[in-house]
Amino acid sequence: MKRKSKLRALINLLAPFLGLILVLVIFSSIPDVQSRFLRAANLKSVATQSVIVALGALGMTLIIISGGIDLSAASNIALSSVVTAYAINAGLPPLLAIVLGMATGGLVGFINGSLITGLRLVPFIITLGMMGIARGVAKWMAGNQKIDAPLTWVNELMAKSPQPSWLLLAPGVWLMIFLAVATAVLLRYTVFGRHVFAIGSNEATARLCGVRTKRAKIIIYSLAGLFCGLSGVMEFSRLTVGDPTVAVGLELDIIAAVVIGGGSLSGGEGSILGSMIGVFIMSFLRNGCTMMGWPNYIQEIIIGVIIVAAVSLDQIRHRRSA
Amino acid sequence: MDHNPADTLSLEMRRITKHFGATFALDDVNFRLRKGEVHALLGENGAGKSTLVKIISGAVRPDRGEMHLDGRPYGPTDPLEGRRSGVSMIYQELNLAPHLTVEENIMLGTEVHKAGFLKRRDVRKKVRETLEFLHHPEISLDIPVRRLSVGARQVVEISRAIMDRATILVMDEPTSSLTQEDTERLFQVIRKLKDEGVSIIYISHFLEEVQAVADSFTVLRDGKNVGSGPMAEAGLEELIQLMVGQKMRDLFIRTERRRGEALLSLKNLKGKNMQEPLSLELHRGEILGLAGLIGAGRTETLRTIFGLDPLEEGSIEVVGRPGLKTKPWSRIEQGMGLLSEDRQGEGLAISRSIMDNVTLSRFAPYKRFGMLRVKKRAQAVAGWIDSLKIKALSPAQPVSSLSGGNQQKVALARLLHQEADILLLDEPTRGIDVMSKSQIYEWMSQLAAKGKALLFVSSYFPELLGVCDTIAVFYRGELVAVRPAREWGDESLMAASTTGRA
Repeated sequence: MKRKSKLRALINLLAPFLGLILVLVIFSSIPDVQSRFLRAANLKSVATQSVIVALGALGMTLIIISGGIDLSAASNIALSSVVTAYAINAGLPPLLAIVLGMATGGLVGFINGSLITGLRLVPFIITLGMMGIARGVAKWMAGNQKIDAPLTWVNELMAKSPQPSWLLLAPGVWLMIFLAVATAVLLRYTVFGRHVFAIGSNEATARLCGVRTKRAKIIIYSLAGLFCGLSGVMEFSRLTVGDPTVAVGLELDIIAAVVIGGGSLSGGEGSILGSMIGVFIMSFLRNGCTMMGWPNYIQEIIIGVIIVAAVSLDQIRHRRSA
Repeated sequence: MDHNPADTLSLEMRRITKHFGATFALDDVNFRLRKGEVHALLGENGAGKSTLVKIISGAVRPDRGEMHLDGRPYGPTDPLEGRRSGVSMIYQELNLAPHLTVEENIMLGTEVHKAGFLKRRDVRKKVRETLEFLHHPEISLDIPVRRLSVGARQVVEISRAIMDRATILVMDEPTSSLTQEDTERLFQVIRKLKDEGVSIIYISHFLEEVQAVADSFTVLRDGKNVGSGPMAEAGLEELIQLMVGQKMRDLFIRTERRRGEALLSLKNLKGKNMQEPLSLELHRGEILGLAGLIGAGRTETLRTIFGLDPLEEGSIEVVGRPGLKTKPWSRIEQGMGLLSEDRQGEGLAISRSIMDNVTLSRFAPYKRFGMLRVKKRAQAVAGWIDSLKIKALSPAQPVSSLSGGNQQKVALARLLHQEADILLLDEPTRGIDVMSKSQIYEWMSQLAAKGKALLFVSSYFPELLGVCDTIAVFYRGELVAVRPAREWGDESLMAASTTGRA
């Protein structure tokens, strides 16, 4: 009995990694790409490419565990990147521009959370509306074109070969790792984290037990907004311009990452580790497919299959253990 | 002051009244709960028990009356305030977060922390001590609650209440889905709590169980307190007499009818959600009532017959009409129709029109080359609205805008339109007005007279006695007796349903 439950715990711990390992094994065993795929330079570039989705997925994990969804994430990223570019272009110090970009994201999240709890509408509707609003505001601010901004150290954040070189990875990657660990700690070791799970698992119970569910939800969406804001800053850093049409449809990648990583859209389940693995499964797939010279549509089909397969495997595992 | 008898009172409710619309859920009810006693709250379905405990817990506010808790005025505005005052409700499983672990559930809302970070070591020790105190040291703190048995979940809820320092526990049908062994262990827990001075309000329909565990009782009937006293002085008969009272019997119109040949034959039938296999025969021209308490297995039996729940053992035979599959579409082809107990959720497509709902199970007459003949269908449905006296403006009116009674008539109209020969009716008169009720009884009688066969699930004994030819009683998942209706009475039905002995 004891050994069985230990084995089960081990499987549960490893299961999320299996998909990632499988992707890595497959691509590194294909002779054509073998030599390039596992190279340090390639790994670095995959890590850098993952930053934007990963930051969005940190917030999305909180939201999905609490039983919600955020369709406005990608629009929020675009808006925040435009605000950052606008501020730098206006001659503000880069640090202030970053703060403004993040604050924009946080504000959008705060509005999401407040409307969801205040109007008592489902998150799907509120954030669907916000998806259009944030995108529209971004285009409006940018006068429907790209905002050019002078190069500053902000653009170094996502540089593939960082300065100084002992950093090894781009500062944005380090930031992503740090925030992922911090969010995981928040979820597992704080009262707030418990309440996030409780709200997603059974909101009525949480309320009855004295959890301030409205306040908690507003905090969850605001935090997720802040992550999107930072993701927007990174987007600007990568592109060196503020582009209001960037990241269209990216919210679905973010949601897919969380779901592949074991997040349940009905709430109560999910983990930061899982979501990060989800992000990297998708990044490595894209990377590998590109190296193989496969067209875009093949990548789309494979990722689609993986989403369905990952979630149904997860369900089977749950049914077994239930 | 020291020897004031009110000192030993935990809760006192005086002249509590609560209306829902025009009906009195509670009418001038007094209720006294002493410290450290188990107080059984008894009554038929709809007698007002749940309204009373909801008022105690804070989920419902009374229209009139006052409450005192430990001598102080008490009037919680929501269940959270009730909990903070020391009143905890133990439901079956509603109050747990299924994904969280045992420890997380017990500590939910009262987590011990330092600057927001959880401090778990001391807490875990206390939680473990509480589980040991309740004789359940085997429950692991780290297992998600959804993997626990119903009995263990209850223990988790009770642990939470104890850690909250609850002084009053309300247990609503705590044993209805427990095994005999778990029930025994629950009683041990209850005795332990009593010794600690916790008062328990215990709602149950199982009278023998209540006699074993409770110190005193209160019986509610039609929203009134019809009797309270020490349990030791009350006999089973007296309790049943109090619960049943005198019933009106003039609502029922019986037709002349003759029991014909067998139409539906169940042999050792056991469905996925049924506990015990059963055999039963239903004849043409017969209304066969299924009596019992809620959760006794009647709905599960109907659902198995109709193919909504998978069949595990035994056979279902419709005489003269073999079926292809044990699925609802095939049962409908065999001439069966089911009226669900859950009108809103399953029985009707509530946002669609009367027309759509009535014809949903049989479109054949209105189809031509695959197209729907809209006008012909509207005319036909208008005919049904007339003949069933449904109060509606037009066949296109959405069912959601009708009253409960008229909704139920629409549901019944669907079975009639479908020309079902075997009608499986699950609580067809629940929550509808008296006029609609008596009309439904009348149609049931007429249908039987036309040679149809009816299976009628009801928790209201007088209507079973008034309408049925035969009555079968279920007790805890088992069919315990089948007899002609004239051999049953209110009290024998109540006794069979609550004790399993007939």
